[in-house]
Amino acid sequence: MPAALPPTVVKQTELQSLKVSQVCIVSSLGPGVDATLEALRTGRGGLKPCTFETVTLETHVGEVAGVDRAMLPEHLAAFECRNNRLANMALELDGFEVAVTDAVARHGAERIGVFLGTSTSGILTSEVAYRHRDPVTGALPPGYDFAATHSTGALAEFVSRRLGLSGPAFVVSSACATTAKVFANAVRMIEAGLCDAAVVGGADSLCLTTLYGFHSLELVSSRPCAPFDIDRDGVSLGEAAGFVLLERADRAPDAGAVTLLGVGESNDAYHMSSPHPEGVGARLAMERALSRANLSASEIDYINLHGTATPYGDAAEDRAIIEIFGTDTAVSSTKGYTGHTLGAAGVVEAIISVLCLKAGFMPGSPQTRTQDPRLQSRYLLANEDARMDRVMTNSFGFGGTNCSLIFGWAG
Amino acid sequence: MRTYVEGIGVLGPGLCGWPAAREALAGARPHVDVGVTLAPSPLLPAAERRRCVPTVRLAMAVGAEAVAHADRDPSEVATVFTSSSGDPDTLHQILETLASDQRELSPTRFHNSVHNAPAGYWSIATRSREPSTSLSREDDSFPAGLIEAAAEASVDGWVVALIAYDLPYPAPLDAVRRIVAPFGVALLLNPERTSRSLARLDIALSARTGEATRMADAGLEALRTGNPAARSLPLLAALACGRETSVILDFGPSQQITVKVSPPC
Repeated sequence: MPAALPPTVVKQTELQSLKVSQVCIVSSLGPGVDATLEALRTGRGGLKPCTFETVTLETHVGEVAGVDRAMLPEHLAAFECRNNRLANMALELDGFEVAVTDAVARHGAERIGVFLGTSTSGILTSEVAYRHRDPVTGALPPGYDFAATHSTGALAEFVSRRLGLSGPAFVVSSACATTAKVFANAVRMIEAGLCDAAVVGGADSLCLTTLYGFHSLELVSSRPCAPFDIDRDGVSLGEAAGFVLLERADRAPDAGAVTLLGVGESNDAYHMSSPHPEGVGARLAMERALSRANLSASEIDYINLHGTATPYGDAAEDRAIIEIFGTDTAVSSTKGYTGHTLGAAGVVEAIISVLCLKAGFMPGSPQTRTQDPRLQSRYLLANEDARMDRVMTNSFGFGGTNCSLIFGWAG
Repeated sequence: MRTYVEGIGVLGPGLCGWPAAREALAGARPHVDVGVTLAPSPLLPAAERRRCVPTVRLAMAVGAEAVAHADRDPSEVATVFTSSSGDPDTLHQILETLASDQRELSPTRFHNSVHNAPAGYWSIATRSREPSTSLSREDDSFPAGLIEAAAEASVDGWVVALIAYDLPYPAPLDAVRRIVAPFGVALLLNPERTSRSLARLDIALSARTGEATRMADAGLEALRTGNPAARSLPLLAALACGRETSVILDFGPSQQITVKVSPPC
């Protein structure tokens, strides 16, 4: 029997849908939408044995090639750090800057909000700086700029300046749900009239804190991760950046336009680093997203799972899925491709979900060979072609924070 | 955006709880700078009480005060946490460990380092499964939280606790990021006027045309500029005085937030 859920106290009103005007993405699958789609179509994953920085852990990571060489524009040199470079790489892809320039012409720079997520921002800069402290005084090395690199809010400052936007801007740092939750911030700020459009998304880059931190929790696999597999034994970490330009949906939408139909947020109220075993918070987030979109479970064609490949986490999510959707709805995790990109996972998987909706296929799961028989969802091992109307994506994080998003065709 | 304040929590130097802070902020007695004691929240289970770090203690203390002031069940309240930083002591300890030859981190220290640790502990303590977010915008973290909380109340119709907090960094980070003293503030916001309403807030975002409101008292002004969460002090002073007044908060390089504070009726 499903566990009884507490009554939903939060009022749910139908969401004014927002148009996905443009996306850009960089991950270990390569730069841009085309490289991402090609990898998903051909089953080419991005996970490789870890040679990052001075890390000596036996693990695989999804590292983005060329971040070290990707300098920032000269006038933004103060923001130089791996996280802002990764963000900048994404912003230069997929015609995103041109789309933002066009949006500025339509709305004005001060009417475009910037709501971004990151979990560790530019902490790598501080990790390296701590190795170079003055041996006598303990002081940090000259030139180290905490506010522009390490500070959690630095990403919002950098991206606002980089794109010439002056609307309301902040960073959401709700662990691994954060770049899903920023879509909810954009919906609220646009409905409140504080802006007419928003750049959402974010970046999370490889660093020692998360690599050694996840290792300390014994959550990391030594192999490329295999979500939902009978032999899954933990996550592979990755890095990525992705951004989405959201605007109020037009009365007469373009053919082929995709809109954000629903968002749902919840908390587990259970544990700091383990999900609720019955997936209670995950279920609430999905139910709230369906309610905001005014949809029933049967109207969702594909769900991109959080699916990090931990034995416990996948089981909790599977339970929540089958309680709402049963065992017929196609689901998969794409973390076998990208690794768990932590604070970037929400937007990476939102973009992958939108790309797959448009391209007409549901992605499989590269390392997953045999589905764990205890997990009952219809988990896709291989790609399946499908004409889809609506897709959902799940992101869950430390502290028990959960967010689900629903995208579908406009109109 | 219109919203009603039902409860206030505050903890900072010489500002220990709203009843005491209110007198100092309304000018009824002088503000005296005394140290801040951060105790684990009695709301937490024993294991979490042992593990929680100063940011969690500060955020939970002011959040619990505001919710109790409003006589609300915290399990039914959405939350917006906002701070310029994760826990400063934890951050320093992790950076020291990672710079050493022994890089093994404590799992508890790692989960305490995430920016949303106070939100996680709060949710466990209050059993709240309502939406929660954790924001950051350097020195503008308080106004960022205020517009998010006001939007959740006025657009989504949620009863929401805004909880802002910032703590000083230990050496050597204190040399590159100076925060002068611990300060935390919480406002319980309701989209509807109720018998519990203390004040009405009308919040507007605009291009910057005026100077941010300052504190007349030199000590409080130093706290306002020396701790991002204490950027809330002019708003708290307006709430303490109870008269209709407007407060301007800087937000980003070119915008400002104007908060008109009125009696609730």
